[in-house]
Amino acid sequence: MGNLFKIAIRNLLRYKRRTMLTASLITVGVVFVLVFISVSGSFKNMMIGQITDSMLGHMQVHRKGYVASIENLPLTLNLKPEEITRLEDVLNSQSGVEAYSPRIKFGGGFSNFAETTNIRLNGVFPEKEFRTVPLLYSRFISGEKDIKKGEIIVPELLAKGMNVSIGDMVVVVATNKDGSVNGKQFKVGGILQSAVGPGGRDGYIHIEDAREILRMDEPEISEVAVRLKDFGSLNRFNGKLMGLLSKDMNSQGKPVFEVHTWETLSPFYNIARMIDVMTFFIKLMLIAIVLISIMNVMIMAVYERIREIGTIAAIGTLPGKILSMFVIEGFCLGIAGAVIGNIVGVSIIIILNLLKITFNFGQQTGLLLVAKITPSDLLFISITVIIVSVIASLQPAFKASRMEPIEALRHV
Amino acid sequence: MSLIVAENIQKYYQVGEIRVTALKGVSFEIEPSSFVSFVGPSGSGKTTLLNLIGCLDKPTDGKLTVADTDVLHLDRKQSASFRGSNIGFIFQDFNLIPVLTVYENIEYPLLMVQSVPASERNKRVNTLLDAVGMTDQKDKYPDQISGGQKQRVAVARALVTNPKLVLADEPTANLDHKTAYMVIDLMKKMRDEFNTTFLFSTHDQKIVGEAEIIFTLEDGELKGKDVTGGKGNG
Repeated sequence: MGNLFKIAIRNLLRYKRRTMLTASLITVGVVFVLVFISVSGSFKNMMIGQITDSMLGHMQVHRKGYVASIENLPLTLNLKPEEITRLEDVLNSQSGVEAYSPRIKFGGGFSNFAETTNIRLNGVFPEKEFRTVPLLYSRFISGEKDIKKGEIIVPELLAKGMNVSIGDMVVVVATNKDGSVNGKQFKVGGILQSAVGPGGRDGYIHIEDAREILRMDEPEISEVAVRLKDFGSLNRFNGKLMGLLSKDMNSQGKPVFEVHTWETLSPFYNIARMIDVMTFFIKLMLIAIVLISIMNVMIMAVYERIREIGTIAAIGTLPGKILSMFVIEGFCLGIAGAVIGNIVGVSIIIILNLLKITFNFGQQTGLLLVAKITPSDLLFISITVIIVSVIASLQPAFKASRMEPIEALRHV
Repeated sequence: MSLIVAENIQKYYQVGEIRVTALKGVSFEIEPSSFVSFVGPSGSGKTTLLNLIGCLDKPTDGKLTVADTDVLHLDRKQSASFRGSNIGFIFQDFNLIPVLTVYENIEYPLLMVQSVPASERNKRVNTLLDAVGMTDQKDKYPDQISGGQKQRVAVARALVTNPKLVLADEPTANLDHKTAYMVIDLMKKMRDEFNTTFLFSTHDQKIVGEAEIIFTLEDGELKGKDVTGGKGNG
């Protein structure tokens, strides 16, 4: 086998310029794919991180039917105390859960005593909320980065529009599920930067203040946002949690809970999917580049060496060995392209990170591009290139191995 | 017992709608360790006959036995194995592998065809390098040596597997007269040293005389057999 490699490498070096051009083409393809994967992957992960860690959580649990009417924030579809207890028992028993945060979500009027506008509010337990959506801290533009009783955290655009700032007194008016209206005065405790995605322009108050405004007789909640220890296990855990909660039925024999991951709650999941699809097509392009370039160079190699093939066949080289010789040439070209491509690609990724490139995402500006490539990505790309190189060599190699020595020797 | 037995060998080629007759019922026998030449003008069927004996082609009709093997019924893979074990080839254009050195070219059949162990390979290649006087050129590539040297390497490559038979199709056609004689002398010397049967085709009358047995072909027919003893006339 070592001798087959030796002959293959020498044959490749025999046409240095052509070999370099082909290897360069593969290298460029590999570099392009690696840089694209790292940059798009970085953007995708940042986008998902921003959506899940600053507002949505990794997944949410609601009363069945709530998500279908989520735009209305229906107070009639809140979870009751016994259901909350059951849900908390289940979540507390799961080692995969890092944190969860019960929320009361409602819409109301926001007044600075001069003018009034609409606001969507989340009533939360601050400690639980900050543990579940840790990027919420970083969204505080001003204020103490806390959600105290009697204080309201106002979204940036609303604060600007209503001309309110830290320490100002405002009034929130809301209608409860029975239709009665109630109001409560709050001090502006913080201004929040807007986040992209559902709930990204909501305000925050303490959950007890929310219950007071909504005049709740018992501690109901609208949803529970859940954060997992391992984001990669999201779909597995989602299935598990759905299984555990599906046993809970209401008096009509229908499920009490519904469980959704961020993917079904945020439209940005489609963007993430689009990035995946684009990555897939970029990989397809790489395969096409490798396939065509290797096949082209191997067809030329076979054509140029017909007499040599005739000679080695005449002196008794078996067809299988002739096939191996050409397949190994393609294999070596693939390896060269993959290795050089990996080295150049990783170098470019390192340089991109050293340049500290920033970009904007929605209202969030100056987000740092952290291009990342995993060893498994490098391995996958390399193996794909090598396998495609071998496949591309097969047809010319097969043709070489099937040549009649007498005809090959006559070739001029 | 004869090394080669050919009985009424016929070979036709179909070129478009025309059937070309290359050999018309050729019969002969060749004994082991012979030094045989096939002579005749271009198109007389010399190369066709050598190709048939070398299992590179199959006769249309007739019977052909080489080294006790009925070569007509060998399939593609069996033919390759048979050639690798029993036949050495010397080509008019030398046909050395350009990416291999002189040493590696001679070693090639042992390595890629017969899978001979390294120590044995080394011994056989060095013996032949010495025999053909190419030891000091062993690390050179084919494009770094002369035509005569290339053909000496080709002779060594043909002999390295200890074949029963070496076939040489116009081995001196691309060489000057002096070098051609040197190559023929070398082939004879190798025959004497290794007891290998040499069959070569040529139309060079001076070289022909070096053969011990001369078969004359004309228009695909065997016209005569001369046993000269290889005294030569050049």
